[in-house]
Amino acid sequence: MSSANEYKPSLIRGLWALTVRELKKWLKDPVMVLMLVLQPLIWMGLLGKSMNIGALFTSGNLGNISIGNITIPGNYLIPPVNTTVTIPGPLISQMLQQMFSDIGTRVMQNTFGVADYFSYMAVGMVSMIVMTTTMFSGMSIVWDRRLGFLDKVLSTPVPRGAIIFSKVLNATLRAMFQATIILALAYILGLQLSSTFTLLNLLGIYAAIFLLGVGLSSVFIAFSLRSTRMERPMQIISLIMMPLMFASNTFFPISLMPDWMQAIARVNPLSYLTDAVRQLIILPLDAPALITDFAYLSIFAAVLAAFGIVLSWRYLTK
Amino acid sequence: MNEEVIKAEGLTKVFNKSLVAVDHVNFSVKDGEIFGFLGPNGAGKTTTINMLITVLKPAEGKASVLGYDIVKQANEVRKVIGVVPQEYTADEDLTGYENIMLCADLYGIPRETAKKRAIELLELVELTDFKDKRVETYSGGMRRRLELACGLINRPKVLFLDEPTLGLDVQTRAATWDYIKRLKKEYGMTLFMTTHYLEEADALCDRIAIIDHGKIIVTGAPSELKDSLGGDIITISIKENVDVVDIIRSVEHVKEVKNENGAYRIKAEAGEVTAPLIIEALRKKGYTVTKLSLTEPTLNEVYLEYTGRAMRDIEESREAFRAQRITLRRARGG
Ligand SMILES: Nc1ncnc2c1ncn2[C@@H]1O[C@H](COP(=O)(O)OP(=O)(O)O)[C@@H](O)[C@H]1O
Ligand SMILES: [Mg+2]
Repeated sequence: MSSANEYKPSLIRGLWALTVRELKKWLKDPVMVLMLVLQPLIWMGLLGKSMNIGALFTSGNLGNISIGNITIPGNYLIPPVNTTVTIPGPLISQMLQQMFSDIGTRVMQNTFGVADYFSYMAVGMVSMIVMTTTMFSGMSIVWDRRLGFLDKVLSTPVPRGAIIFSKVLNATLRAMFQATIILALAYILGLQLSSTFTLLNLLGIYAAIFLLGVGLSSVFIAFSLRSTRMERPMQIISLIMMPLMFASNTFFPISLMPDWMQAIARVNPLSYLTDAVRQLIILPLDAPALITDFAYLSIFAAVLAAFGIVLSWRYLTK
Repeated sequence: MNEEVIKAEGLTKVFNKSLVAVDHVNFSVKDGEIFGFLGPNGAGKTTTINMLITVLKPAEGKASVLGYDIVKQANEVRKVIGVVPQEYTADEDLTGYENIMLCADLYGIPRETAKKRAIELLELVELTDFKDKRVETYSGGMRRRLELACGLINRPKVLFLDEPTLGLDVQTRAATWDYIKRLKKEYGMTLFMTTHYLEEADALCDRIAIIDHGKIIVTGAPSELKDSLGGDIITISIKENVDVVDIIRSVEHVKEVKNENGAYRIKAEAGEVTAPLIIEALRKKGYTVTKLSLTEPTLNEVYLEYTGRAMRDIEESREAFRAQRITLRRARGG
């Protein structure tokens, strides 16, 4: 007869086994991966490519505005003359075009920090995919509960932490993977890398994604575990997703938003992830800004993870 | 070894502050027996199991498994029990083998030991040929067997089976009973099971407790419970239109006779011996028996006797189960 002492239920082994299970499930469902990638891809195409904001400020737009000859009194000239002077319209048009071709780039630089809007918003899509992926994968615990899998796991001596951490880890790993796909696609579609970009920056990007992923998924897992109606988490996702994205710097700089929206965008963690990724990929790296981003993301992750894990823990051991 | 493997005293569970799902139940399960909870849907069977397997905390009362308190020593309990849940909990996207190994990892069984055992268990439940197929492709009976194998990976001393044949057709159900008996013999475990099938309780359990609305109504061996009803029921009709109650009552072993519109309903011990004696006695007096039937009491009669009503419709619950499975499949997009 075997004794129970030969078994060593451990956090690491349980965490590993449960995470591998999730990843295997995930790999066997490529459609879900595709669906989640498709959404930001469509956004990139619709907003980033077709609504080419940079083109608004190019001189081409002035070409078909016809400007007539202008006659001005000679005393306005430097130095003044006694007769009136007539300047031909085409000359004015040509000079304006020269001025604006320069201003266009500068307006883009001042507003978005980069000369092309596509690069600006494509990076924002990383935040979007991190948010949707972590939320959807957090929801898988609803199924585990519903199908009795969770109860079965709870009847084994596996440490309860392994159950929660495996969900957080799985959600975060998925987010990192999907973000990689998004960045690769954006690069193929014409994302402009900044001169300060090196491959090492990718590590920074993953670190930032990891922080946001851990924070968001912890809360969402706790919420999914505790909601009595299983469709509730789904409803919440669709309700908060768009507002969270638009009230951040994903599509548009915060400084140009109305005040009330700025207030939201400045606490919205998506803004900080997006900014961090922008600093690391398309902007000339601004170290103090990057440090602020990471500090905020770390605090966000720590607070939400603690909150979420405690809530889940209490549910699982009640 | 502890003679009382499971012991529950005043075990109670209340949901949402008002629904008393399990109401102060007392019972004990002896070493090596198959103990069954028999009761209709919603009686509180699963809730009781969930408390015993440490998934739910009781509101009141206490229970122990192999001497370990289910609340204070929950982790010790978890190590020595095996669980075969009511639902199919195996992961559809993994293979049968992967599912068993996942269970082994949760128990922290050394990998080499686990691999050997997984192979052995798959052989035992005759899933060896399907071990590398995804569970998605398994039939209901195969899934149930896989759950059995998973529940045994840690060589439990006590195995909990919640409605082990729910939703299976009659043949598969009988085959599953065979597996359960074989596994019990092979591993010498104590079994705690629940069912709402009367035949299942009769075929498998050494002792049963009938539970309804969270309360245990009666406990005993199935044969004991049936005997407690006072023997078999013989029904007789005769050609002549005369009251023969007295003649029948004088026959040996007859305990009770009732004339119900010309048909005599007789309670008697050892019905198969007593029936010919009754015919003989009536023939001697010149009466002719035209009809005779003999019923041995089933758990159905026991249930009727103790609860005052027939067990709620079995078909209904099977329908409900099927509906639930369909919903789940649809929701998963499968
Ligand atoms: N998690 C729960 N929350 C609220 N009520 C529950 C829960 N689980 C079971 N119940 C209720 O408790 C009663 C007993 O349920 P259960 O133990 O599942 O019965 P059985 O397994 O005998 O069919 C039922 O009325 C059921 O609705
Ligand atoms: Mg049940």
